[in-house]
Amino acid sequence: MDTNTLILILVATVAAAVPLIFAGLGELVVEKSGVLNLGVEGMMIVGALCAFIVATETGYLWLATIVGAAAGALMALIFGFITLSLMANQVATGLALTIFGVGLSAFVGQAYTSVALDGIKNLSLPGLSSIPILGKLLFSYNILVYLALVAFMVIAWFLYKTRAGLILRAVGESPASAHALGYRVIRIRYFAVLFGGAMAGLAGAYLSLAYTPLWAEGMTAGRGWIALALVVFATWRPGRVLIGALLFGGVTIAQFHAQGLGVELPSQFLSMLPYLATIVVLVLISRDAGVIRLNAPASLGQPWHNELH
Amino acid sequence: MIRLEPRPEPSQVMIYLSPVLAMALMLVVGMIVFTLLGQPPLKAFHAFFIEPINDWYGFGELLIKASPLALIALGLAVGFRANIWNIGAEGQLIMGAIAAGGVALWLQASTSIWILLPLMLVAGALGGMFWASIPALLRTRFNTSEILVSLMLVYVANLILSWLIHGPWRDPDGYGFPQSQMFESNALLPILIEGTRVHAGVLITLVALLVATVFFRWSLTAFQMRVSGLAPKAALYAGFKQKKMVWLGLLAGGAAAGLAGTAEVAGPIGQLLMPISPNYGFAAIIVAFVGRLHPLGIALASLLMALLYLGGESAQMQLALPAAVSGVFQGMLLFFLLATDVLIQFRLRWTHKSAVGVTP
Repeated sequence: MDTNTLILILVATVAAAVPLIFAGLGELVVEKSGVLNLGVEGMMIVGALCAFIVATETGYLWLATIVGAAAGALMALIFGFITLSLMANQVATGLALTIFGVGLSAFVGQAYTSVALDGIKNLSLPGLSSIPILGKLLFSYNILVYLALVAFMVIAWFLYKTRAGLILRAVGESPASAHALGYRVIRIRYFAVLFGGAMAGLAGAYLSLAYTPLWAEGMTAGRGWIALALVVFATWRPGRVLIGALLFGGVTIAQFHAQGLGVELPSQFLSMLPYLATIVVLVLISRDAGVIRLNAPASLGQPWHNELH
Repeated sequence: MIRLEPRPEPSQVMIYLSPVLAMALMLVVGMIVFTLLGQPPLKAFHAFFIEPINDWYGFGELLIKASPLALIALGLAVGFRANIWNIGAEGQLIMGAIAAGGVALWLQASTSIWILLPLMLVAGALGGMFWASIPALLRTRFNTSEILVSLMLVYVANLILSWLIHGPWRDPDGYGFPQSQMFESNALLPILIEGTRVHAGVLITLVALLVATVFFRWSLTAFQMRVSGLAPKAALYAGFKQKKMVWLGLLAGGAAAGLAGTAEVAGPIGQLLMPISPNYGFAAIIVAFVGRLHPLGIALASLLMALLYLGGESAQMQLALPAAVSGVFQGMLLFFLLATDVLIQFRLRWTHKSAVGVTP
């Protein structure tokens, strides 16, 4: 393999990792507050469709990106209302959100399936982008890729260096104590859930505006579920979400280059790689029950109601 | 202001009323959506809920869609009762269909229907169970989330099916279409009602309904699983065997989904192609919840869900709306159910704004 191919693979890996970074970090914040939202796939695909519709109808890609995130947040609001205000089972509601989102997007999106879109372009920075090797590796992506990196830094800083982040984590570890200290558990969880939805929507917008600028039914292809697995794999730490996302990006890209490297397998088996890899890393990380118990937010998935405590 | 107030006892009435409420809410919101889409609501209602079942044939279609939904939901309910979340029934259905289809393609030239069909059913159930045993094994051995593993395996099962019908099992006389040979009549489930497509797969579902009723009511294991779902700590102290429950919960779902997949390929489809199921495996999750994880409830919920599928197809023909509208209704139904379920544990209290207390 020559340098050029290697650079191509690395660049493609980063591009494939971005939706997982957005959605994974969003879900990380949600789970840190003690809420398990299994609806990532549904929020992501609705975000992808809404962003695509706005982009084709108005031509403003920045507006489309914002609408994608807002659509994800709106979906998350449904989830928040049912699980936080009405205290429904979070697993079942998350599943409903995914089923609803996939159905809704297939329904509304039918009119947009064969529409072409001039998507978000990669940056071309004068000087920087033309540096040999480094220019391609660091300065040749579209703006959302850098936004993902910024999001990572902001979230890591927020969770571990700010008072608000500490409160959010306290709510996830022990809502009863946080409540006793006078923090609004439900309100804080609402903010976390909405943020997670916006991030999933952003991941969707990236897919339909930049990664593959088109709309296709089911185009998220399980990335929302992989993002959920990523949070477990990362043992609820933002840095590991980033690394894990890159790893999965690499696996996704490997399938396209495997044939070039002389792997004689039907394409379907190569397409299985990301899903099988998800299972393998989940097994590796959850094998030690202590690791999960120590790192998972203590109240993850349990409903909370002020009146009952 | 509306406030939620905990009830001293869960409301027995609301347990049964909430699915009905959810259905009513789904209808109301659905009609509003149709109106917003520029369809006269009554015409849309007729096209969606009446038109599909106003003759024998349509009624038969309702049965053959409700049948796999009820069958899978019954299997899933075994696990759901114990908080074992098998959400990969769609993949288990596909693997069951592949196993049964493989037996059909292999033996249909040489075997009589009396041997072949039972073999296919056994193979189908085993295929689904095999696929469900992976999350069961990983959960019991490595503590891995069965939710994520079973879901990931749906994508893998789809890819295996795709490979088979594009590659080794492709019909050589099929003009290159990605599908297997048609099954011979000895590999097809017989039609039960003349003039409809109602096939013997419906009988399997009826048997499963009986078995599930007996199992849920009289089996000690089912009781233990129920306890472990409602009060995990109590189950732990009582020394119930957690691993056994995980295995049983997942294998029941896998077997049911595998059988449902078998009945699809040996029933209305008659060969292996893609897709085998219009997401029955996922819709069955909704059926299980709306049916309150109870056999009778599941039977009723499966009919409603089947009607939503038929309504979607009918809306496509009559109103030129995409058939995917079914998915929207299905998702809405589950949302409304989960939302109205709050009334089992809580009641609504109307409070005056002033009573909330104004801070000076």
